[in-house]
Amino acid sequence: MAKARTSLVRTGLIHLALISYTLIALFPVFLTLVNSFKSRNAIFRDPMAIPTPSTFDLVGYKTVLAQGDFFGYFQNSMIVTVVAIALVLLFGAMAAFALSEYRFRGNLLMGLYLALGIMIPIRLGTVAILQGMVAAGLVNTLTALVLVYTAQGLPLAIFILSEFMRTVSDDLKNAGRIDGLSEYAIFFRLVLPLVRPAMATVAVFTMIPIWNDLWFPLILAPGEETKTVTLGAQMFIGQFVTNWNAVLSALSLAILPVLVLYVIFSRQLIRGITSGAVK
Amino acid sequence: MSDIDTADPAIAPIKRPTRWHIAVFLAPAVLVYTAIMILPLIETLRLSLYNLVDGQTVFVGLSNFATLFSDPRLSASFWNALGNNLIFFVIHMLVQNPVGIALAAMLSVPKLRFATFYRTAIFVPTLLSFVIVGFIWKLILSPIWGIAPSLMDLVGLKWAFAPWLGKPDSALITVSLISVWQYVGIPMMLIYAALLNIPEEVLEAAECDGITGWSQFWKIKLPLILPSIGIISILTFVGNFNAFDLIYTVQGALAGPDGSTDILGTLLYRTFFGFQNQMGDRSMGATIATVMFLIILAGVSLYLFVIQRRMRRYQF
Repeated sequence: MAKARTSLVRTGLIHLALISYTLIALFPVFLTLVNSFKSRNAIFRDPMAIPTPSTFDLVGYKTVLAQGDFFGYFQNSMIVTVVAIALVLLFGAMAAFALSEYRFRGNLLMGLYLALGIMIPIRLGTVAILQGMVAAGLVNTLTALVLVYTAQGLPLAIFILSEFMRTVSDDLKNAGRIDGLSEYAIFFRLVLPLVRPAMATVAVFTMIPIWNDLWFPLILAPGEETKTVTLGAQMFIGQFVTNWNAVLSALSLAILPVLVLYVIFSRQLIRGITSGAVK
Repeated sequence: MSDIDTADPAIAPIKRPTRWHIAVFLAPAVLVYTAIMILPLIETLRLSLYNLVDGQTVFVGLSNFATLFSDPRLSASFWNALGNNLIFFVIHMLVQNPVGIALAAMLSVPKLRFATFYRTAIFVPTLLSFVIVGFIWKLILSPIWGIAPSLMDLVGLKWAFAPWLGKPDSALITVSLISVWQYVGIPMMLIYAALLNIPEEVLEAAECDGITGWSQFWKIKLPLILPSIGIISILTFVGNFNAFDLIYTVQGALAGPDGSTDILGTLLYRTFFGFQNQMGDRSMGATIATVMFLIILAGVSLYLFVIQRRMRRYQF
């Protein structure tokens, strides 16, 4: 009896601690979203209140949409992220297949070479990357960002995908070979469909740092035409610091797509992490 | 990892046609990775040995490093940034990782209700960009809006409120804690995964021996998750010594007040691109990047060759 009670108390304390931390984690996000729908006076008078009909006001969003080209920024971020993820998945899977399927001279060395980038951040090469992009005439293009993010995403993608590809049955691949499938057909038609769950995990891992990056857009593509959402929001807020409605609305607009994607993909992401994809 | 190039004698003598498909599979990844990541990195390291003399780029040996470490103007900001970066890292190690481990330990309690909800919610800040996180906290901590003071008033702590981000003594700690708030999800998830991987039998055996609750955590689980703690430490280290975005959004490129939140990333940005009346300097930028590279390399090597080797791994 006494034991049951202590365990009940313990569970209660655990819930209390977790609820408190959940509040700490979500409160700032909640505060931003709620206040972005309120009039300026209401933001200051009662910041914690949910917007009511009398305080509801979309003036912040109107300013944001009138002043900054947020749709354009979104489009840029989408293009960069989607193309980079597609390239990381395709190139990464191909390299991972080569490393996990074939024994060839230098296999291990190649694996280590490609794994270097997991630990060494690509940012440290910025000075020369900018120089190279200037020489190639790619400054202020989305191509520059796509290239950089592809290079940045590849090491981890190759590492995770080759772990998964080792688990694909050899019998299946050999059966394909006996049936006269080329190595390319074996990769595209047999192996790729089987590692789809791992590809999804890699896609999510690759997406977050690309979507959120500020450094490379700031350095390689700061032009109005090529601004990403992160950089656009950063600059917009910098200009409108004192316009609280606009700042809160811009923040909400930047949070929303991430939240939506997270709600859709959170299972995938968490399963990916907890299944030991990143060890 | 040590026996890298011991070519397998069993397969070496067999002559077979060149397997071009291997090259085709590897080529795109290797090309992009080498061209955009490895070569620029090497080029940056090389540039740190050159500087402009009378408009010509000439080899100057290690004199850029000498300037960085001892030039009265530059070295002061460098040592300041390095010191701040160390404090930034120490705060993450002391707050982020223990909190992450504690959250993971609580989440992994068997049959805990709403565990998925807590886990999903606590991970939300990690997904947000630094820009969002930085500005949200700037607003919350702003004395103008008064969210922080009125919240502290609820628990009777209003007197303790100060514009933390604006004071040189507290700005670095505040920024570090914001970063901790954002990133606590990563250690939480990795440790949670490690805790779930501990087999049931081990815990049952411990319970039979009367080891439960707290002592079970300290004596059984903690030793088993040490390798994961090693990984989160090195991830934190690399992330911290390469950080830039959060400080840039919260405190600007000057990393104020009075350089008190300046870390290597912001120093690199200012040195390389110039800021206000400071001219951009490619060679010094490359030199700072090289120093950051060496620091990160030292940390990663220490982890790979010393810590990870000494750590006992348990196979189940």
